[in-house]
Amino acid sequence: MNYIIGAFKPACHISITFFDGKSRKQVPSKKENGQTLMVPLFQSQENIVGKISIEPVSGKKVEHNGIKVELLGQIEMYFDKGNFYDFTSLVRELDIPGELYEQKTYPFEFSTVEMPYETYNGVNVRLRYVLKVTINRGYAGSIVEYQDFVVRNYTPPPSINNSIKMEVGIEDCLHIEFEYNKSKYHLKDVIIGKIYFLLVRIKLKNMDLEIRRRESTGSGANTHVETETLAKFELMDGAPVRGESIPIRLFLSPYELTPTYQNINNKFSVKYYLNLVLVDEEDRRYFKQQEITMLRLAETS
Amino acid sequence: MMAGVAEDEEKWLSAGITGLQQNAFYMHRALDSNNLKDALKYSAQMLSELRTSRLSPHKYYELYMRAFDELRKLEMFFKEETNRGCSIVELYELVQHAGNILPRLYLLCTVGSVYIRSKEAPAKDVLKDLIEMCRGIQHPVRGLFLRSYLSQVSRDKLPDIGSEYEGDADTAMDAVEFVLQNFTEMNKLWVRMQHQGPARDKEKREKERSELRDLVGKNLHVLGQIEGVDLDMYRETVLPRVLEQVVNCKDEIAQYYLMDCVIQVFPDEYHLQTLETLLGACPQLQPSVDIKTVLAGLMERLSNYAASSAEVLPTFFQVEAFAKLNIAIGKVIEAQDDMPIYGAVTLYASLLTFTLHVHPDRLDYVDQILGACVKKLSGKGKLDDSKATKQIVALLSAPLEKYKDIDTALKLSNYPHVMEYLDNGTNKEMSNVIIQSIMKNRTCISTAEKVEALFELIKGLIKDIDENLQDELDEEDFKEEQNSVARLIQMLYTDDTEEMMKIIHTVRKHILTGGPKRLPFTVPPFAFSALKLVRRLQSQNENVSGEEVAATPKDIFQILMQTIEALSSVPAPELALRLYLQCAEAANDCDLEPVAYEFFTQAYILYEEEISDSKAQVTSIHLIIGTLQRMHAFGVENRDTLTHKATGYSSKLLKKPDQCRAVYACSHLFWLDEHNDMKDGERVMLCLKRALRIANAAQQMANATRGSSGSVVLFIEILNKYLYFYEKGVSQITVDLIQSLIELVKQEMSGENTTPEPATDAFFASTLRYIQFQMDKGGVVADKYKPIKI
Repeated sequence: MNYIIGAFKPACHISITFFDGKSRKQVPSKKENGQTLMVPLFQSQENIVGKISIEPVSGKKVEHNGIKVELLGQIEMYFDKGNFYDFTSLVRELDIPGELYEQKTYPFEFSTVEMPYETYNGVNVRLRYVLKVTINRGYAGSIVEYQDFVVRNYTPPPSINNSIKMEVGIEDCLHIEFEYNKSKYHLKDVIIGKIYFLLVRIKLKNMDLEIRRRESTGSGANTHVETETLAKFELMDGAPVRGESIPIRLFLSPYELTPTYQNINNKFSVKYYLNLVLVDEEDRRYFKQQEITMLRLAETS
Repeated sequence: MMAGVAEDEEKWLSAGITGLQQNAFYMHRALDSNNLKDALKYSAQMLSELRTSRLSPHKYYELYMRAFDELRKLEMFFKEETNRGCSIVELYELVQHAGNILPRLYLLCTVGSVYIRSKEAPAKDVLKDLIEMCRGIQHPVRGLFLRSYLSQVSRDKLPDIGSEYEGDADTAMDAVEFVLQNFTEMNKLWVRMQHQGPARDKEKREKERSELRDLVGKNLHVLGQIEGVDLDMYRETVLPRVLEQVVNCKDEIAQYYLMDCVIQVFPDEYHLQTLETLLGACPQLQPSVDIKTVLAGLMERLSNYAASSAEVLPTFFQVEAFAKLNIAIGKVIEAQDDMPIYGAVTLYASLLTFTLHVHPDRLDYVDQILGACVKKLSGKGKLDDSKATKQIVALLSAPLEKYKDIDTALKLSNYPHVMEYLDNGTNKEMSNVIIQSIMKNRTCISTAEKVEALFELIKGLIKDIDENLQDELDEEDFKEEQNSVARLIQMLYTDDTEEMMKIIHTVRKHILTGGPKRLPFTVPPFAFSALKLVRRLQSQNENVSGEEVAATPKDIFQILMQTIEALSSVPAPELALRLYLQCAEAANDCDLEPVAYEFFTQAYILYEEEISDSKAQVTSIHLIIGTLQRMHAFGVENRDTLTHKATGYSSKLLKKPDQCRAVYACSHLFWLDEHNDMKDGERVMLCLKRALRIANAAQQMANATRGSSGSVVLFIEILNKYLYFYEKGVSQITVDLIQSLIELVKQEMSGENTTPEPATDAFFASTLRYIQFQMDKGGVVADKYKPIKI
């Protein structure tokens, strides 16, 4: 009986704890199975310090060929599922080959780790950081334990942040001028702006402002582009006449946005767009899309 | 088809209500459990029902009111939430996360209301933000209701002076600015409704729009209630801004309604001080705007204001209200080319009412208005527009009512000119009004000049204006109106005999133009009026003798003679005869024998030549006898002639009983109590005897023709005459005569063929009772009666 159980149960418990695990901020992270888990949050160049405790099951001894902990930064493309590309890989040897009879704790430390990319869960791509503990056992198969953590990097407020101002139209039908107060928004920002109607000859029904995310993966001929509409925010109800100006005030905080990612490790990019959509009474849509840069500011609180 | 639409609408409404209630239920649940997130979610869903485009404004309103009630509860919750420590600023942001704009803005306004109340930000800033955000609703109906909601929740939170939300120096201006902006935007939306949708639904749309107008007008009410709006601010900001919007929207319905609103909402005092601005807007309105009603409303208000207190009148003078109004009206009439006549007249009528209240002493203003009216009417001929006519009547009646004195109206040179434009019927009606006014106020028209003017004014009643046009006037009405003319003639009176004479000349001149139909009504009052003067002259003569008087009774009698003669054209011989007799009596009182004789002659001629109807003859002859009996001016000869004639006529009457009565009446002609030279017992006796004979003859005739003896009433009547003269001491009447007549009557009454007549019996019985009474009285009379046996 014991034998059978022993064959399916791991021979030991591995738990990974962070040095400042109690005080460190935890953020939700979506796992592959759809569950959301709270995981610690780090940023680049932080020291990742903690300890790993290994406890053999009920006094059994565990033979091993060495124990190590790795810090991995991985990119997974969904068309190539299960195949991780490690862009960061750091290793600390914890123990030389030997036997474990009882619980043993190993401290570890990765100092000022370069983690240039943020954790990202996209449509076609995933970027994750993980601590991987491996108890190497030649013949019996290694015992592996993972601990995810999230990385977010903060940028200072941009020194130049021009507004977006543009006049667009369809000749003799519709001329509008719109203005967004900035071209770069942080994640909790508010988009302020207005739309000014210079000429209206079509019967408009309403007007929305959409936030769209464009995720492109791969490169060259294999480029994959996926666009999602993250926000659809009604700006106007009814048909304006010439000379009307409609205010825009869109709070970004309710939406799950990330910063703009530019060519992450030559694997993928994430861009954001504001899409102004006017709908006429026949449900025809007239739109104008403008890229905005999203960035993450250090949270003050 | 229409029924189908209405049914569908009903369905959509109830679906909307159901959806709203459902979400309201969940919202309540969230509120009860202090679940802010759910409360926001369900309230937004609830408000989404207001996004419908399928309901008419009327039905939409129903839905809106339900949502409104729910939002009150939500507002309470928000308030509690902030008391519990939830930051109002965060809440203000939180509601803006809603994706749909309409629910978002309703929620924003609701939280905004709590925000202002919390005083964490100046009211003006919150209001400014709200009003700006509301621009997102461009749909007219939804926008109007949303802004109306904003107006509703903010009206007790304006940073007005004295309000707890009062801000810094320009605080009232901020409040005004907010309301003005909301007003402007709402009006734009409201006007825009007119231009949306197919042209064939125009009527329906206009109806729907008028259902919504109070939402727009409400803003003006709010403005009117802001404490901080003093005269200066009203003049500098409020009025110009409102008018700018009104003029610029170029919409007929809005312009009319809003102008009226402005007039009704703001204080009279402000209107007075900004009259120029307000009036300046009028000519700029669309030509189809019913500006006259608007201006009429304004003038009515100002009139009432002026009437309310004498203290405000100087302000009216100071701002030259009349001149401004007058100019404005002129401009409006000029600008609105196709304004119907009645519109213009209405305006003038209102202005007139105003003037009468404010400048009762400025007759020239009144005349000026009438003049302007004439100018507008000129070249148009008689009016055939009943509305215009009505207004002119109002226009003309106003001064009469105000001054209660026709004198004033007569001074208005343009008054008759205006009247000329009335059609004949109305002209008469107006004339009647004038007469009524005179009668009611018992005004005496005391100079010939005024009389002349008055007759000019009411000439519609005095003569046929258009001879070709045969009046199809109701006989009754005609009588009515001529009777009032007759009454009017009595009011033309002055104590100054000389002037009175002139008046009489004038009246005569006019009434003679009246034609045969009117003369019977107008001549009698004229005659009596003239005779009144005669009597006055007479009594004056007695007081101041020897003075040279311009008017003498003789002249008047001459006039009368000629005037009465005119009645022959009617012909109205009986009336003329009466008047002649009246004149004769008056002449008698003046001791003018020849004149009196002449009148009698005329009367006799009429009797002989014109009065042929036997009944009329009877009446006339009795009148003649009665009048003649009282004449004392005649010498023996003249009197003889006349009495002779009268008795002659009497005995020539057709029916015997009439003859009999006339003849015994003649007996009085020969016995005048006060004049000893006119006591001729012989002839009295002669008359009575003749009467008796005729009575006999009548009796016999009755016997012959009907086989029964006729009435004995004639005998009894003669018996009474006997008794009368017996008492007077006519020696020819003896006891025997009386006795035999009594016997005769008794005999007749007991005769076999006699049908008993209760009236006759009673008559006889009371005659006998009289005799008995006289007997019992004692003294000389009793002695006289004693010998009679009954």
